[in-house]
Amino acid sequence: MIINGIQIDDTFAEAFNMRGTRVIITAQNLKWAHHAAHAMTGFATSVIGCGVEAGIEAEISSELSPDGRPGVSILMFAMGSKVLMQQLETRMGQCVLTCPTAAAFAGIASDEPINLGKNLRFFGDGFQTSKLIGGKRYWRVPVMDGEFLCEESTGMVRAIGGGNFLILATSQSAALAAAEVAIAAMQRLPNVIMPFPGGVVRSGSKVGSRYAAIFASTNDAFCPTLKGVTQTELSSDIESVMEIVIDGLSFDDIVSAMHTGIGAICALGSASGVKRISAGNYGGKLGPHHFKLHTIMGNKQP
Amino acid sequence: MSALTFSLKKPLQFAINCAALTPDALAKRTFNQIAAIPLYHGKQAVRVDELFDISGHDSASLRFLNATHQLDYLGANLRSGRIDISGDAGAYLGFGMKGGEIHCLGNTQDLAACNMQNGLMVIHGNTGDFLGGAAAGLRKGMLGGTVVVKGHAGDRVGDQMRRGLILIEGNAGDYCASRMLAGTIGVLGKVGAYAGFSMHRGTLLLTTQPDLHPTMQACGSHTLPFLNLLFKSFAPYSQAFASLKTLRAARWLGDAANKGNGEILIIKNF
Repeated sequence: MIINGIQIDDTFAEAFNMRGTRVIITAQNLKWAHHAAHAMTGFATSVIGCGVEAGIEAEISSELSPDGRPGVSILMFAMGSKVLMQQLETRMGQCVLTCPTAAAFAGIASDEPINLGKNLRFFGDGFQTSKLIGGKRYWRVPVMDGEFLCEESTGMVRAIGGGNFLILATSQSAALAAAEVAIAAMQRLPNVIMPFPGGVVRSGSKVGSRYAAIFASTNDAFCPTLKGVTQTELSSDIESVMEIVIDGLSFDDIVSAMHTGIGAICALGSASGVKRISAGNYGGKLGPHHFKLHTIMGNKQP
Repeated sequence: MSALTFSLKKPLQFAINCAALTPDALAKRTFNQIAAIPLYHGKQAVRVDELFDISGHDSASLRFLNATHQLDYLGANLRSGRIDISGDAGAYLGFGMKGGEIHCLGNTQDLAACNMQNGLMVIHGNTGDFLGGAAAGLRKGMLGGTVVVKGHAGDRVGDQMRRGLILIEGNAGDYCASRMLAGTIGVLGKVGAYAGFSMHRGTLLLTTQPDLHPTMQACGSHTLPFLNLLFKSFAPYSQAFASLKTLRAARWLGDAANKGNGEILIIKNF
């Protein structure tokens, strides 16, 4: 398949089941909501080393936010519910409780509640108070800037992590420029995050390593500087590869994000330096969710 | 179907206990069975149809016409359905109610919403003492639900209240929120003496500064974002309360004599 001069490989992205949650963080203004959200979603690029994958999903206007102040919604994903609960509480305590004027609210409904302020309230040392408003319990914890307001719990849902595509270009700058265009388009979509720095990852990995203690290592087949010494996937004109990883609340959300991102790159045309779009997988043996590039781009032309 | 309507035939000499006349209790009864239900008027058991003209069929929706302050326990233990009262209601309106709605167009006697657990009660007139309080011998008052009073309330509003919401658009009497355990009481008018007396927890929301006893501790004025949530939640019940906008409030905590952590919030420039 070729779209606007860019080849779409006949391959698929392989993704995994995850547990996900959404939290809405509000503050006196958007600047401080972002401070809290950036802290909370920091060091959350990959479950391999961070425990969770997290990112800012969208900004929320004061008209739509729970407490009438501007805010942001964040999505957080983990491989299991226990890790998600631990990470959410830890990050809430260190990043939102501490952030001036910030408050936190549930962002998703589910039959499986997950603690948000339920245990953080004990920071109030007995001075905390709860309010049951509209059937939801909120905790008001006295802090030095006033009160930290936090809903007792949010919802936990089944989700998918690891949707991805690779951008193969004739130069590093061309690959990155295309990735930025894709991310800008994908960030407008709900229910997905791209957890890596700026939404882009340069160090795609393969399963295993020649070192026994390491279970993931550099994806040498897509490393341009190893073309001559490895079973390369790159043609001679490819000089740089960037990957965009997507976590989403559903299969369709990831399909929509991949379609939007790849479509935005294809709209640039081959003159941009992008020559191919591919995807990372493990032969279909590890992840139950397969995102086939031809199906995604064939069914929905941008 | 039209609402099952009980129209009081003549003024009563004594109060009667109307706890048997709720949508839940009448749901599976025939018209004749309802007419034959005994109500106690003094020491005498009197048939319902001797006291009321009965009309209508829909037992999920009851109406009391010509109602007076002698009709006690209207809507007691109500679980579902709706009761409309044209006139006044006696004591213990909605005692222990667990769901449904009661709308009283007139005034009520003492102990309205006493031990209420859930549901909605709207009193368009005034109400007596111990609104949302506890019946004698019980240690917790209102346990949930929402009460809206368009007029004034008597003394001891929310005495030993454990949970729920009481909104009073008029004034409230002395000892408002006394011995309160949790929940929220809002008063748009004035409150009498000893507000928050022996209060443990919970919130008393006021718009005017009352004379508080010395064991209520001044904690300064603050901007409290949670008030936005609270005011939004008032919208389905009271436009007067929903129109509150400011998040600025003076906060008093107490009752220190009781090691309490209850709060009285006095809204500024509402």
